[in-house]
Amino acid sequence: MAPVLELRGITKRFPGVLANDHINLTVEKGEIHALLGENGAGKTTLMNILYGLYHPDEGEILVNGNITAIKSPIDAIKAGIGMVHQHFMLVPVFTVTENVMLGEEFTKYGGVLDRAKAAQKVQEISDKYNLNIDPNAFIKDMPVGLQQRVEIIKLLFREANILIMDEPTAVLTPQEVIELFKIMQTLIDQGKSIIFITHKLGEVLESAKKITVIRGGKVVGSTDPKTATMNELANMMVGREVSLEVDKEIQKTGEIVLEVRDLKVLDPRGGVAVDEINFEVRAGEVLGIAGVQGNGQTELVRSLTGLLPAIDGTVLLSGQDITHSNPRQITELGTAHIPEDRQKDGLVLGLPISDNLVLNTYYLKPYSNGIWLDQKVIIETGEKLVKSFDIRTPSVFTPASSLSGGNQQKIIVAREFSRPIKLLIASQPTRGLDVGSIEYIHNRLLAKRDEGCAVLLVSTELDEVMQLSDRIAVLYRGKIISILDAKTASKEQLGLLMAGIIGETEKVSR
Amino acid sequence: MTISIDTTHAATSKGMRARERRRRLIMGGIFLGAALFIWFVFVANITPGAVTRFLMNPGGASTETADWVFSSGFALNAIAGVLALLGVFQVVRGFGKLTNGILAAVAILFLFGFLTWATSGGQTNLAGLLRVMVVRAVPLTLGALSGILCERSGVVNIGIEGMMLTGAFVSTVFASLSDNLWIGMLSGIIAGGVMGLIHAVLSIKYKINQIISGTVINIFATGITSYLSSKFLQKTAYQFLNEPGMFPQVEIPILSKIPFIGPILFHHNIYVYAMIILVFFLTFMLFKTRWGLRVRAVGEHPKAADTLGINVFKTRYMAVILGGMMAGFAGTYFTLGSSGRFDEVMTAGRGFIGLAAMIFGNYNPIGSMGAGLLFGFFDSLSVKASLLQVPLPSEFLGMVPYLATIIVLAGVVGKGHIPAADGEPYEKE
Amino acid sequence: MSPEKPQELKKNGLAIFWEEFSRSNFTVIFLAIFTGIFLGGVLVAATTPEVYDAFKVSFFSGIGKAFTTAINTYGALITGAIGNPQKIQAAFASGDALLIRRAINPFFESLVQTTPYIFAGLSVALGFRVGLFNIGAEGQIYIGALTGVWAGYAIPGLPPIIHIPVAMLCGALGGALWGFVPGLLKAKTGAHEVITTIMMNYIAFRLSDWLLKGPMADPNEVTPKTPWILPSAELPQLFEAPIRFHIGFFIALLVAFLVYLLLFKTTWGMELRMVGSNTNAAQYAGINVTSRTVIAMVLAGGLAGLAGANEVLGINHRLIPAFSSGYGFDSIALALLGKSHPLGVVLSALLFGFLRNGARSMQLTVGVPTDIVSILQALILAFIAAPAIIRTIYRLKTPNQNEDIVSLRSWKG
Repeated sequence: MAPVLELRGITKRFPGVLANDHINLTVEKGEIHALLGENGAGKTTLMNILYGLYHPDEGEILVNGNITAIKSPIDAIKAGIGMVHQHFMLVPVFTVTENVMLGEEFTKYGGVLDRAKAAQKVQEISDKYNLNIDPNAFIKDMPVGLQQRVEIIKLLFREANILIMDEPTAVLTPQEVIELFKIMQTLIDQGKSIIFITHKLGEVLESAKKITVIRGGKVVGSTDPKTATMNELANMMVGREVSLEVDKEIQKTGEIVLEVRDLKVLDPRGGVAVDEINFEVRAGEVLGIAGVQGNGQTELVRSLTGLLPAIDGTVLLSGQDITHSNPRQITELGTAHIPEDRQKDGLVLGLPISDNLVLNTYYLKPYSNGIWLDQKVIIETGEKLVKSFDIRTPSVFTPASSLSGGNQQKIIVAREFSRPIKLLIASQPTRGLDVGSIEYIHNRLLAKRDEGCAVLLVSTELDEVMQLSDRIAVLYRGKIISILDAKTASKEQLGLLMAGIIGETEKVSR
Repeated sequence: MTISIDTTHAATSKGMRARERRRRLIMGGIFLGAALFIWFVFVANITPGAVTRFLMNPGGASTETADWVFSSGFALNAIAGVLALLGVFQVVRGFGKLTNGILAAVAILFLFGFLTWATSGGQTNLAGLLRVMVVRAVPLTLGALSGILCERSGVVNIGIEGMMLTGAFVSTVFASLSDNLWIGMLSGIIAGGVMGLIHAVLSIKYKINQIISGTVINIFATGITSYLSSKFLQKTAYQFLNEPGMFPQVEIPILSKIPFIGPILFHHNIYVYAMIILVFFLTFMLFKTRWGLRVRAVGEHPKAADTLGINVFKTRYMAVILGGMMAGFAGTYFTLGSSGRFDEVMTAGRGFIGLAAMIFGNYNPIGSMGAGLLFGFFDSLSVKASLLQVPLPSEFLGMVPYLATIIVLAGVVGKGHIPAADGEPYEKE
Repeated sequence: MSPEKPQELKKNGLAIFWEEFSRSNFTVIFLAIFTGIFLGGVLVAATTPEVYDAFKVSFFSGIGKAFTTAINTYGALITGAIGNPQKIQAAFASGDALLIRRAINPFFESLVQTTPYIFAGLSVALGFRVGLFNIGAEGQIYIGALTGVWAGYAIPGLPPIIHIPVAMLCGALGGALWGFVPGLLKAKTGAHEVITTIMMNYIAFRLSDWLLKGPMADPNEVTPKTPWILPSAELPQLFEAPIRFHIGFFIALLVAFLVYLLLFKTTWGMELRMVGSNTNAAQYAGINVTSRTVIAMVLAGGLAGLAGANEVLGINHRLIPAFSSGYGFDSIALALLGKSHPLGVVLSALLFGFLRNGARSMQLTVGVPTDIVSILQALILAFIAAPAIIRTIYRLKTPNQNEDIVSLRSWKG
C-alpha cells in the first residue's frame, strides 16, 4: 500500500536563503512522524508548502500515491491534510462551532448558517476522540490547552487524515502535553497520521514512531526513536558534536544584589501572574528561572524592570527599594535588561544602529548635555561597539530592521553590557537564534557573571537554564515552587517541578 | 494527580469580574447623576405649577390628536424618581446583560425630562421634533452601515463623507438626464461602489494606510464634485443637469393612521423605510449567514480565515465595495430624498457623524441606528432651539453627537469590541 | 532619502544614473507630482466642451485642442501663482511703484498662502513622527484663530513688539488645548486620535460659530464677525498694498527650523521619534510614553494654532466664519508629500501655496474651478502613499529600503 504522504525533492528558495533543499519525506498511515530541527532549519517552511501557504520551486507531493498539486489551503484540505498552527488560528470572539465550521459552513436556505447542526457535529467529534469540548463556548473564555483541541476538531471536521502539528507543545503545561500525547494516540488509533514538528528531543523520543531530522533546509537523516539517543539526535540537529555542557568556573558569590520579597503582579487582563514570590540573586551567580512558557515569567521580568507595576511586595536592588521605580531609575541603578521580545521591546527597528546602541543612555553625558544630542559621540560609540561586539552591519547608520536576528540581539547585548552594571536580567536571551549566536551570548553572559555581576536568567529552554545557572528556581503558575542547586539538579526532577509536582526533597527551601 | 489546567481561565475571569463590577458602578453612577441633574437643574428652574404642552401632530395643533398637557414639576419629579430607582438597583444588583438597554432607556427618559423642562410654560411640537429626528437619522445611519460593512471586514473607512458626496452628485446628474429617479439612485449607488473600489485597491492591494486612503477619497470626492458642479451644474446653460426631482412621500396604509406614531414613522419617502429595512437586513446578513460569518472572521483574524481557504482579499474587496455602495445610497438621500438638487459639499460632515454613529453603536447596525436617531434628535432640536423656553444655543446642541462619541471612545461607559484586525492590512506570506 | 552608495564599477554612466534614479524616493515624489498634474490636465480637457467640438472635426484637432486647453489652464495657474513675466517687465520699465507691486503681487500672494500651510503641515508632520495621525489640524486652526484674534482685539495698550508675540502665543495655546484633549485621551484611554480629532474639529466649528455670533461678535456688524484686531497686534506687512506679504512667512520658516532642531537634534526629539516608531521599546528605554504622546499632540495643536493666528493677525485682521477653508485637511497630504520632515514640509507648502493662489486667478482667467487643486492634491497624495502605483506605471526598480511613509501606531492604540 502506498504511504499516505510522500514528499519528493521539495525545494523552496527565498531571497538569499535556500529554505528547503530537495527534501524527501514519507509518512505511513497511522504513524506519528516527528520532524526534528532547530529554529530556522526549514521545518515550518516545509509544512507551509504542504499546507498550500507557500509554493515549492521544485518537487512534488504525493497523497496516497497520487501526485497532488497543493496550491492553497483549500487544496490541502481537499487532499485530507490539516494543520494545527503554532499560533492558533482561532477567532476569539467566535464560538467553538463558528470557528470550526468557518469555511465549511453548514447552511440552510442557501446561505443561512445552521449553527445547531454544526454544533451537533462538533459534539460528535468531541465525544468520539474524547476531547471534552463545549461547542457553544467562546474561544476567548477557554484555556490554551482546550483551544488547541478546537484546532484539532477543525481538522477532524474537515475529515483530515494527515494532521500537521507545528510545535504543539510550546505553549502547553507538562500536564497539557501529556493530555495532548493521549489525544494524538487516540487519533492514530482511529487511522489518522500525524506529522509532529518540534525541536524538543525528549518529546520526540516519547511520542514518535519515526523521526526525520532536518538541518539547514536538508534532510540529514531518519531514525527510529526506539534506538536513538538524545545525544545522537542533538548531533544530527546541530551538525557537529555538541557538548551539552558549558564549562564554567566555580564562582565565589558575593553579597545580595537583587532581593525579591512577596512580589505579586497582575497580568494585563487582571489575573494574578506572579504570586507572592521570594528569591535573591547574589553578585557573581546566575539564578536561572525555569518554567513552562506562560507561568508568569514575562510579568516577573517586566515588574522587576519597572515596566509593569507590582501590586504587592518589595524588590530591593543592593538594599534600595525599587518596587515602584520606573524603568529609567532602575536602569540608572545599574540594571541591564535583555528583553524577551527583542524586536518589540529591545529595539526601535526604524532607527539606525547607532541610535539603538544608546537607546536608554542617549540623555546622559557624553551623548547629550541634557538638551542637545551629540551625534558625533553617539556615532563614535556606535562604531566602537559594532567592532567590539562583532555586529555584522554595513554601517552604524543602517536601520536595525535590516540586520539578522542574531545581530539584532548583539546590538542589545552590546548596549546593555557596555555600561557599568551590577544586575543583568536576561529573558529568553537566545530565542530564535542560530547556534553560533547562542554560544556567543552564553559566553558573554557567563563572562558578566565572572566579573561579579548578578545574573537573573529567565528561559523556557530547560537545557539553557541548566547549563548556565548556579541555582535554578522553578516558576509554576506564578509561584516559585522550588529553588535547586544546579550542580545536583537532574533534568527529570526539574521536569516534574515544572509540571507542578513537588517531591519530598524539594520543598520550598530558600 | 489531579492538577487543574484552568489557571489562566480562572485568573482571567477574576479580572473580568473586577472590570464588570467597575462598569456596573459607573453605570449606576451615571443613572443617579441623571436623576440628580434633573432634580437640581431642571426641577429647581421651573415656575411652580407650570405646565408642559406637547403638540402631538407634526403639522401643528389638530383635532385628531389632542395636545399633551401635563404638570412639568410632577413629570420631572417622576422621571427623576424612576432614574434614581434604576440607579440604586444598578449599583446594588446590576442589570447584567440588560444594562445597555437600560442605559438607552435612561437616556430617553433624561431627554424627555430635558424637553419637559425646556417646554415648561410654553409648547413644543413633539411629533414634529421626532419626525424630523427620524429624517435626520437617515444619512447618519446609512453612513454608519457603510462604515460597519468596511470595518467588520477589517478596513477602516473614514472616506464615507467622500463616497456620499460622489453618490449625491452622480445621482443628480443621471436622474436629471434620464428623468428617472430610480436610475439616478442606482447610478449613485454604483458611483459609491466605485469609490469603495478605489479605497479597496489603495488599502488592500497597495496596503497604504487606510486613514490616508480614506483621506484621498474625501479630498478627491470633494474636489471633483465641486469642480464639476461649479463648471456645469451651477451654470444656467447646464441647469437641466441639476433637476433630478425628489422621491415622493409614501404613506403606509393603516400604520400611518396611528395617532402620534403614524406621522412620525410611516409618512416619509422611501429613504426612511429603506434605512429601517437595511438595518435589519444587514444585522441578519452579518450574524446569521455564511457571508456574515466570513466577513467578521476576516475582520477579526484574517490569517485564521485564510488557512481555512477563505479568500481574505476577495472578502474585503466585496465588503468595502458594498460599503461604498451603501455610502453612495446615503448620498442619493441628500439629492433625491431631501433637497432635489446638488450643491457643493452638501453632505456637510454627515459622513463623519455616520462614522461616529458607527462607533457609538458598537459596530452594530441596530446600535448604529439608535445612535443615528439620538444624533438626529439633537440635530432636529438644534433647529428648533430658538423656540424652546430656555436659552440654549443651537451650536451646543449640534456639538452633542461629537462630544458623545468622544465620551464613548474614552471608555467611560465601558469599551465595546472593535474588530480585532480593523485597520491592519493583510499580508499573505 | 537614501545615502549615496558606492556603485559597482564597470557600468556605464547612464545605467548607473538610471539605477539610482529608479530607486530614489525623490524620483517617486517627482513623478507623483508630475502624474497628478498630467491627470489633472486630462480632466480639464475632458470637461471642456470645446475639446469635444474639436474632436468632431478630426481626431488630431481634438488632441490638439485638448493639449492647448490643458496648457492654457496650467499657464494661467502658473501666471496666477508667480505673476505674468511680460507685465512684470512692463511694470519695471514704467517705473511706477504701484504697477510694479501689482505685477509682482501674485508671487508674494502665493507666499502668503504658503504660510499657514507651513504651520499646519508641521503640525501634521510632527504628529506622524510620533506615530499620531492629527486629522484635527483644521479644528486647531479655528481655535488658534479664535484665541489669537481675541488677544488681538481684547488686550489694549501693548506695543507691537509685545502684542504680536502674545497674540501668536495665544493662538498656539488655543490650538495646543485642542490637541491636548485627543492626546490625553489617546494616552490614558487608548481612544484613537483619528476619530477624536475629527470630532474635535466639528466641536471647534460649532464653538466658533457660536462665539462669532455671541460672545465675540462685533456689535457694529450684522453678520457674525469679530471686531478688528488692534493695529499693535497686526503682523507687519513688508510692502504697501496690494501686497499682503507679512512677516508671518519668516516666522513660519523659523518655526520649521525649530521643529527640525527639536526632532532631530535634541533628546526630546529622540524620545518623540522613539515613541513614534516603537512605543514598547520607548517604554523599555525609560521614556514616559503617556507624557510624550500628550506633549506631541499639544505641540501639533500649537503649530496648527499658529496657522490660525497667523491668518487673523497677518491677513484678515478679524475672524469671519469659515475662514480656513481646508488648510488643515490639505496639510495631511502636504505632510506626507514632505515625508514628515520640516524641510520637506516647507517645500510642499510652497507647492501647495502656489497651486492654491494660482488656481484663484486661473478660475478668473480661464474659467477652470479652483477645485482642480483638491483633485491634484488627492492624486498626488494617492501616488505618494502608494509608490507601487508610480513604480508600476513608469517601470521603476524596487527601492533599496522600505517605503513606508509613516509608521503609525496600531488602530487600537
